[in-house]
Order: sequence, then C-alpha cells, then structure tokens
Amino acid sequence: MPRLAPEFEKRARDLMALYPKARSALLPLCHLAQEQDGHLSAEAMQHIAELVDLTPAEVLSVASFYDMFKTEPVGTYLIGICTNIACLLNGGEELLHHAEKSLGIKHGDTTADGAFTLEEMECIAHCDKAPCLQVNYRYFGDVSDEAFDTLCTDVKAGKHRDTIPPHGTLIRTKRDGGLRVPAEQIASERAAMTDMQAERASVAAPAKAEVKATTAEAAAPGDKGRGDAEVEQRAAAPGAGVDVEAKTDAADPDDGADA
Amino acid sequence: MPVRDAPRIVTSRIAAYDDSHTLERFLATGGYDGLRKALTMTPEQVQAEVLASNLLGRGGAGFEAGKKWAMMRKAPTRYLVVNGDESEPATFKDHLLVERDPNQLVEGTIITAWATQACQAFIYLRGEFALGLERVQQAVNDAYRQGALGDNIFGSGFSLDIVVQPGAGAYICGEETALLESLEGRRGMPRIKPPYFPAAMGLYGEPTVVNNVETMANMPWIVLNGGASFAALGQGRSTGTRIFALSGHVNNPGTYEIEMYHHTFRDLIFDPALGGGIRGGRELKAIVPGGASSPWFGPQHLDVPLGQDEVAKAEGVLPGGGGSMLGSGSIVVLDDQTDVVRVAWRLARFFARESCGKCTPCREGTTWLDQVMKRIVDGYGRPEDLKLLVDVCDNLAPGLGFPYPMTTICFLGPSAAMPIMSALQMFPEDFEARVAGSQVTPQSR
Repeated sequence: MPRLAPEFEKRARDLMALYPKARSALLPLCHLAQEQDGHLSAEAMQHIAELVDLTPAEVLSVASFYDMFKTEPVGTYLIGICTNIACLLNGGEELLHHAEKSLGIKHGDTTADGAFTLEEMECIAHCDKAPCLQVNYRYFGDVSDEAFDTLCTDVKAGKHRDTIPPHGTLIRTKRDGGLRVPAEQIASERAAMTDMQAERASVAAPAKAEVKATTAEAAAPGDKGRGDAEVEQRAAAPGAGVDVEAKTDAADPDDGADA
Repeated sequence: MPVRDAPRIVTSRIAAYDDSHTLERFLATGGYDGLRKALTMTPEQVQAEVLASNLLGRGGAGFEAGKKWAMMRKAPTRYLVVNGDESEPATFKDHLLVERDPNQLVEGTIITAWATQACQAFIYLRGEFALGLERVQQAVNDAYRQGALGDNIFGSGFSLDIVVQPGAGAYICGEETALLESLEGRRGMPRIKPPYFPAAMGLYGEPTVVNNVETMANMPWIVLNGGASFAALGQGRSTGTRIFALSGHVNNPGTYEIEMYHHTFRDLIFDPALGGGIRGGRELKAIVPGGASSPWFGPQHLDVPLGQDEVAKAEGVLPGGGGSMLGSGSIVVLDDQTDVVRVAWRLARFFARESCGKCTPCREGTTWLDQVMKRIVDGYGRPEDLKLLVDVCDNLAPGLGFPYPMTTICFLGPSAAMPIMSALQMFPEDFEARVAGSQVTPQSR
C-alpha cells in the first residue's frame, strides 16, 4: 500500500490549514487515507504522522480508538446492520442473521470476492425506520430479508453507484477553498468588539442591580409569562449582571468559570 | 388531549418541503433572516434574547443555553463547537436536522458565533452521517457564496469561518470534553473535571461553547420572534417546542416537534396524530423516556408531562429514588411481549463497548454488567447473579437512585446501570424466571 499520492497530500495540507493546530486534522486525514486506499494502511499512517508531526504509533493510537477507521482491508461495500434497541425490537438481530446466511459470512468478515464486509452496528440514528442498515454509511430503512437480498444484488450490479461510493469515500462534497478570514483580522475584530462591549457595560452599570434581580427571577423554576418590558430591559442592559448571576447559579460548586 | 397548535420552530421547512435541504428552498423561506436581524443587534442583545427564551440545551443535559454562553471566560480567543455526534441509542432528531435542513443549522451556528464572539466555529458530526456531512458542507459552501460566512458577513463587519468536522464512530465523543479531545486529533476520552465547563477551558484550553445541533437550529426563530415568544410556549423551565424521537413498538415511529410540557407520554404514544398507539393493539410494558441512559418508566407514568422538571421529579422506579430525564428527547416504547432482560443486556453491552476505558469503575463495571447479563440471557445465570448485578450497579451509580453521585469522569458508566436497575426493579420475575430455568452446570460455569 502506498503513502498518500501527491493529489491526496495536497488535500491533506489544505485540511491541516483549516485548524489553529494541524493535529486537529487527524481524523479528516485518516478519512482521506481511507478514501485513497479503501482502508487505513500502515504506510498512510506513517505519512500522516510526518505531516502532523506525530509518531506513527500516535496516529495508530488515535485511529484505533474509532470504529470507522479500518486498519485492515475491507470489502468495497461495508454493510452495517443495526441491532441496538429500536432495531432489536423490530427484527434487527434476525436481519443480521439473515445477512450472515445470505452472504455466507459471519459479521466482521468479508466475502471471498471482496465485495461485501458485514458489520454489526450500534444505533445509527435511523430508529423510526427499524430495522435499518448502512452501506458505506448510506442509510436504508425498514429492511426486510428480501429487501436486503435485492439491495446486495443491486449494489453489486452498480445500481447504487451514484449514491454509494466505494468504502473509504465518506464526504463527496468538498469544501470550497480554505479559511477566508486571516487570524489577525479575526483577532482585531474581536478585540474591537470587546472594547465596545466594555464601554456599553460601563454605560449600563447603574441598571445592573435591577438586571440581576430580573435574571434571578428568570432562572427560577416555574417562572413563566415574562412580559415584554422585562425582556426589553434585559436586552437594553448588557450581560455584565448576567455573567455574575450565571456563575453563582452554576450546576456545580466549582465551575471554573472564573479561572 | 389533542395536539396543541404551536409553531414549528426547527422543522417548519422539513415538514412542508421535500427539498428543504436546498439553498433555493432555504432562501425562499426566510433563510438567513434570523442572521440578518442578529447582526443588527449587539451580541449582548442576542444573548439576552436567548436567555429570555430559557432555551434548554437539546443535547441531553438540558442546561440553559443562554447561561452557558454567559459563562464563557473573557479571553481574546474563543471557540464555538456544535455537537452533532448523535449516537445515544434511539436518538435520531439531529439526523433529521442535518440532512433535511442543514442551512438552518449553519445559520444558527453563525448567530451563536456572533452572540458569543467566537473566533472560529466547528460543526462536529458523527462520521456515520455521510449524507448529513455532505449536506452541511454544501450549506457552508453556500453560506460563503451568499456572503453569510467569511469576511464581513452581510456588510456587518463581523467575519467568521466554519469548519465541518467528521467524527469516526465513537459514542463517547458526544460527551463534550471527549468531543473536544477528538477535535484536537486525540482519542475521544473525556477530560477530568473540574473545570466542569468548556466555557472556562475548552478547545486548545480556550473558552469554548459546545452546543447541540437542535439547540443551534432554534436560534434563527428565537432571534426573529424574540425570546419572550419562545418562552411563552411550554411551561416553567420547559419552554418552546422540542423534537421528540419516538421509536419501538408504536404504530407511527418518527420525529414529532411539539410544544413542551403540554403533552404527556400518553399523548405522544397514543394520539393518532403522533405515535398512534402500540403496535398490534398490545399493552404497554415500559417506556425508555429519554435515551438509553435514562431510567425507565412504566404504564403508571403515562400521564407525566413531557417537561424537563416533570420527568425529573416524577416518582421513578429505581430503588434509590428519583425520577428520570427527558435527556435527548428519545422515547422508546416496549410492549408487553418484550424480552426486557435482553433489552437491558443489549443496552449494557452498548455502554461496555463504547466505554473509553479511561476510568476504572466504568471500564470494569460496564464489562461486568455485560458479561453477567449475557450469561443470564443465554440461560447460564446463577441465582446470586441478580445480587451481583445490583452490587456492580451500586458501584457505578452509588445509591441506585437518579440522579446519582459520580464515581466516574463522565456519565457513560453509570448510564449502563440505569436500564439494568430499571428492568430488575420493574420486572424481577422476568429475571428470576431466566435464572430459575438456568442450564448452569459445573461444566458450563
């Protein structure tokens, strides 16, 4: 298996430039390597490590935490069948058993022709269409045994090529360009706003005591039907009082907010 | 009680149009109006409206969104992170929002970035949302082209970049500090608390607001209509509407955006316009009221209102007392034919598999629960296993009540104890029958 090809390496560098720290691109980079090779190869991890200045072991330690990164080759189509609660109640386990029989493999395995890898998944957020499954993370719901067999035949025949890319290609819509605003510009914009906010807070300071009373009331359980006048008052009086109130009312004794 | 008339706040486009995800439809139906208005207000004014709305975070913990923002430490660099790692079993509302109205999510994110003066925003979506990731990326691309993102947004002088981040299949990354670790390119393991809130110390150690997808989706409406209009819906702390994700043995599983508080579990499950009753005319056995982590309810709880405090304060089933939680708004209905022992095991196994392994009670406790439950389900349980389960649960969630004191860094570990203790308490006979019919022999031990 190769390292990242020049085109992929360029995309990797573009991804890294989107974050304040390059390491944040690690998950997207692993997805990128899977897009190139269909799985996350040792050589690609080595290359990624060089790009983000980690050791290959560190990259593997991160990648191995996440189920979607496959460090061994998988089939062109990864079929994940959900068997968690909503699917369990609606035949998800039975569907998985049918799939194992139909494909002639156990879940976790790949068919001899390399077309399908079968996985058991845990809740893929499609519970109203239980039992459900994903093929390369594309959804199919209300799947009967017959529908499963038809789906496999169709997928293999290329009928879903437009909606289901081969395993590894997760996001076909690419970002248009890099970050648009230089960090220095953001910093100066935010600093200017902070000054304006401080100024507004000092102008509104006399009203502070009143504001505190209003927000304390707003936080009380059972409070309802607050009038427009109160909202206007709060809107007119900036968040200085709000801030203090939130800190004292935080759920935990030490929220660290005033660190 | 009939379903109350209330505006659809987050699903108006989704309910009306099949092409709700397109930019054309978005622009034709008030797209960016909320953002345009927000930019004519000061960030403090936007914050004040959200505070007035009393919008509770829709991710599960239910913390007031406005308060979370106000807690942000005043530092030059701050971040906004949108949590779309929706993986709690039976939760599928964010799936709907990211796939069917991605532009609304992006608009809400920009409004929040303005209100909190974030320097950069990240939308973290679970990796399995392939289509959702594509559509949100498209929405971000479109927003740049429309002048709603990037330099000098709509001529306001406010500039922002949003990056869409794919997860890679880890439930724990829904925990906000684990999500931040993941976004920093690390294993998604929750951070030690305190500090309790990323608002104090979040991404790269900087103040960070982490808000759920549905929370963001509410922003355009709140800004346009005012916090008071939002607060006028619902009652008490449960203001506005909420998407309830209904699944299991009901005739009409699906997502329903309804006014908070004014409907009960009975309404949601049985109303013909909502759940439509239990499948096959069967009886109700149990309800999972707020995602897999919540203590279960029984038929006696059908008239509990769908409100934050009402569910929390209901007299629940756990031996240690307390109610349950509305959590992620995901409600699973179990009918009278349900093998609750198996359901409880599968939920426990989920938590065991998804435990990040960082702290011992969770790593060991969830594994024990999985293994003991599995042998009971498989017919090799021992009579003393039932006491063993209680003992392990008590170590994970001391006192066996709800809420529980924490022995772990995050809520994953004790969550595994909730379905097991609920099922044990509500249906001891189901467990006893399993253990009594046990095939346990000296060999099979």
